[in-house]
Amino acid sequence: MNSDYKKTAYTFTAESLRKKFRFSEYFAEKLITSVAFLSIAIIILIFFFVFRESLPAFKSVSKTKAQTTEAAVNKPESYGGNEAAAEQKPETYNGAEPSAAPQKPETYTGADSETTANKPESYGVVKDSALSEKEVNPDGNLVSSESSGGEGSLSSLFSNEWYPVSENPRYGLIPLFVGTLKVTLIAMLFAAPVAILAALFSSAFAPAWLREWIKPAIELLAGFPSVVIGFFALMVMATFLQNVFGYETRLNSFVGGIAMALAAIPVIFTITEDALTAVPATYSEASLALGATKWQTAVFVTLPAATPGIFAAVLLGVGRVFGETMIALMATGNAALSSLNPFESVRTLAATIGAEMAEVVFGDMHYGVLFLIGSILFIFNFTLNALAEFYVKVRLVRKIQGRGA
Amino acid sequence: MKEVKIVTKDLTLHYGQKMALNSINIQIPEKEVTAFIGPSGCGKSTFLRSLNRMNDLIPSVHIKGEILIDGLNIYEKKIDVVNLRKKIGMVFQKSNPFAKSIFENIAYGPRINGINDKKKLTEIVETSLKNAAIWDEVKDRLPDSALGLSGGQQQRLCIARTLAVQPEIILMDEPASALDPISTGKIEELIFELKKNYTIVIVTHNMQQAARVSDHTAFFYLGELIEYGKTRKIFTSPDIKQTEEYITGRFG
Repeated sequence: MNSDYKKTAYTFTAESLRKKFRFSEYFAEKLITSVAFLSIAIIILIFFFVFRESLPAFKSVSKTKAQTTEAAVNKPESYGGNEAAAEQKPETYNGAEPSAAPQKPETYTGADSETTANKPESYGVVKDSALSEKEVNPDGNLVSSESSGGEGSLSSLFSNEWYPVSENPRYGLIPLFVGTLKVTLIAMLFAAPVAILAALFSSAFAPAWLREWIKPAIELLAGFPSVVIGFFALMVMATFLQNVFGYETRLNSFVGGIAMALAAIPVIFTITEDALTAVPATYSEASLALGATKWQTAVFVTLPAATPGIFAAVLLGVGRVFGETMIALMATGNAALSSLNPFESVRTLAATIGAEMAEVVFGDMHYGVLFLIGSILFIFNFTLNALAEFYVKVRLVRKIQGRGA
Repeated sequence: MKEVKIVTKDLTLHYGQKMALNSINIQIPEKEVTAFIGPSGCGKSTFLRSLNRMNDLIPSVHIKGEILIDGLNIYEKKIDVVNLRKKIGMVFQKSNPFAKSIFENIAYGPRINGINDKKKLTEIVETSLKNAAIWDEVKDRLPDSALGLSGGQQQRLCIARTLAVQPEIILMDEPASALDPISTGKIEELIFELKKNYTIVIVTHNMQQAARVSDHTAFFYLGELIEYGKTRKIFTSPDIKQTEEYITGRFG
């Protein structure tokens, strides 16, 4: 009996159930893991490098002090010298090309060289004396005597003036912040109501066939190149709005804000629409069964239930506007003024990078400050997205678990 | 039989091309409980939803025939659906309180009817919750979210919400199908109480429930009303064989 029993082949043997090494699976798993880590690392590194490039802005103050004063003294001269050199060129150019009419260009360039040769010199002299004597700037600058030197450059980050290419460069970020926030606020004041109401219409009132058209159409608009919107704002909208409102500066934060609203509306619309359609139909059914009108149902039941999603949508819209470069560059006038008047030109953070990046000296203070702005934009948008995510999660959890109203 | 509240005449309903109800003729008495039973997809919920015109929300629905409530055809062109639904409350299969506080859930109906006086609202909320037999459980947590209540409490809250609008008829679409036996028992007790003041029509899959709570029972099958009569009669000696087979569990 016992021997018979032994004869039957066991299926649960240590042999058949021994751990197997599956190479392809192991490989795939490791590959996916490493790619995932790599992508995360790249994102972190991007920020790291952007921030590292902004370090020149924080370079040891004492060193820059000596350097910048020197540079400041030298610059105007070299600037003038460059100009002079540039003047040389057209002459040779003129001489080579139009052999038939040599008289005219000569007199023209002659006059030009005279005036331009004079200007930088006198300019340089004024600057020179001002800097060497370390007095309050004679040109009526608002900078304190302390900040007129190189040391002021760093502390000037919090000043009210953005003059990065001046002889006495000042990198006050305040006007840029004010400008950015002003444009963002104006854009959101336009975009948020329009987009939310459009989403409400599409999700609650539009007949099915219309909704099938509206949603994809607006979502396609989200991919509309911002340079086109910017161009339109620059050429058409700015003139139109100036005619309507009659303000003085043609390109200002109002025009820019509305143009950016055009870019933000599709973003806000899409996410709001999703949030609204995600509200269970049982909610609106319950409301309708109580004798509420469609309108009451949409406003008092569907909309409040979708608040977290709508909030996230608006935050993403803010992120879009905040980082928008092309439209800002084209439609806001790009003057770094820190006024609260919506009809004055502004310069946004993103537009500043876009406008000045190409002309900046590598490793310069200015260069560093631009990258600092980049880091700020990065941090801001990151925080915004995190906030949206966090808020939505907390609100949803609270709603589902039923704490708070 | 008491006075008749709802009468349908040859009510036929199509979803697009598909017929869902085939010439239904029924008389539902006032201040009694009428139960609709039948297998899934037999049209009983569709019929219930056409009583307060909730089917209007579905574009593909076409309705022929008449539904007369107190002698008035509710599908007449000049009938205002919004006001109609205020008089015909509805409780759904899945409890669906709004994501608001308990108080606001009840106060919503009166509010959209233009009642904004805080004192009056408080009064309505209290009576509605009391009538729905949930006051004692929630009176200390009125400002809390309604979603924090248990399933059975939520369903009673929904009934209270319906009562707050002071309807005459209450339609219930499988109100206890998602609840445990104890909560179901409470809902059934509540229905028993409510029928003193309201005409109640209830759809249920639970035969015992129909037998327990209803005065009249209608058996639907494949969009047709097979048999309708006193509950006791339907459950003890139905006239039609199909009804008997369904009730005894031989099909369905």
